[in-house]
Amino acid sequence: MEGIISPVNDNYRKKDLVSSHHRVAMARLALQSSDWIRVDSWESEQAQWMETVNVLRHHQSQLLRYGTQMEGLDSAAPELKLLCGADVLKTFQTPNLWKDSHIQEIVEKFGLVCVNRAGHDPKGYILGSPILCKYQHNIHLAREPVLNEISATYVRRALAQGQSVKYLLPDAVIAYIKDHGLYMTDSSQKARSTQKNKGKTS
Amino acid sequence: MKKWTHSMHRGRVATAGDVDVPGKMKTRIPVVLLACGSFNPITNMHLRLFEVARDHLHQTGLYQVMEGIISPVNDNYRKKDLVSSHHRVAMARLALQSSDWIRVDSWESEQAQWMETVNVLRHHQSQLLRYGTQMEGLDSAAPELKLLCGADVLKTFQTPNLWKDSHIQEIVEKFGLVCVNRAGHDPKGYILGSPILCKYQHNIHLAREPVLNEISATYVRRALAQGQSVKYLLPDAVIAYIKDHGLYMTDSSQKARSTQKNKGKTS
Repeated sequence: MEGIISPVNDNYRKKDLVSSHHRVAMARLALQSSDWIRVDSWESEQAQWMETVNVLRHHQSQLLRYGTQMEGLDSAAPELKLLCGADVLKTFQTPNLWKDSHIQEIVEKFGLVCVNRAGHDPKGYILGSPILCKYQHNIHLAREPVLNEISATYVRRALAQGQSVKYLLPDAVIAYIKDHGLYMTDSSQKARSTQKNKGKTS
Repeated sequence: MKKWTHSMHRGRVATAGDVDVPGKMKTRIPVVLLACGSFNPITNMHLRLFEVARDHLHQTGLYQVMEGIISPVNDNYRKKDLVSSHHRVAMARLALQSSDWIRVDSWESEQAQWMETVNVLRHHQSQLLRYGTQMEGLDSAAPELKLLCGADVLKTFQTPNLWKDSHIQEIVEKFGLVCVNRAGHDPKGYILGSPILCKYQHNIHLAREPVLNEISATYVRRALAQGQSVKYLLPDAVIAYIKDHGLYMTDSSQKARSTQKNKGKTS
């Protein structure tokens, strides 16, 4: 029925993370031509960073109370599923990154739709995890046959180096980035590191 | 044809960083990039080739890219699933609406016969000498015309009987090649393995696109035939055109649909 993009809270403190109001604005511009995907700023507006399962719980309760933006409450309450790339599925294995109880809640109560990426083996990640194995009926593996690995890391670096990112991002997003002077420096470039020292922990 | 207003561009020459560097520009060699191909349909990957190539040439400090030209192949090339050239030209035109330096040229597709790439290069070279580029006219020095392609095309130079040796030589000697690397290819290896390419390697520019962006038109056609989304792989205006004109509804790579495809076209 609907797709929701939920940009992370600024307090996540990831390197080179620009302010959430920009990231939300850029997503909104990118989604102008979509009739079913929308951006939601609730997560980014909270006082603290929150774990994914809390975002899922919030949107689930919104769906139960109000239905989707498109259908309202007339139709049956939809199932909310987490959409991610296979690289995220792999992070479930990283020690201390996800709580086991959260992984279980995600795959048991909600469900996962995982789009494969080059160099990953999502079936293998599932087989290697008892929790994922148990709920594999609730994990949907989708394949994108085109190799389309447009990494945001690369895009930020290209922008910092003055290179073109046209046709990698929607034109409206590129225009926004230029208008607001975003991504002019890039922490992956050591020569520019002196300009980047703004007290943010990475 | 795009209509240029000289007031938009005269006197302003864009570098990779979109910063005017007045004095330096005069010493740079002006270049026009020409890409030949089916463009069946044009995809964001085709468009990226131009952006990556331009940035690469600008970063050498030696060149200034004035213009890019997309030249869709003639219908008589008779490639499987090739839709009529007037559609392919129209789709490219739509895709290029947002570009201020790349244009589509229908001359090749309008000729009575299919023609070899070197003939297309010669035609555009003579046009540049007579009229200059669409942007600058004849005021500036005649630009060098270079063939833009992916590394997969460079590899085809090795295929027996596909290219005439004299044509390969003319392309790399008289014109020049800008080759954008693709996953799974080894352009340096292709050059080293060919005496002609080796000899003119100074005129073969290898550009790298760090993102894996392998949007194959073959896959796009198949996805369309199967009713799958190609949004974000092609410009929206091209997708709308394809839907409006009912293009790529069937795909010869699907055997189940082969009975609908028997229209007498040799592949």
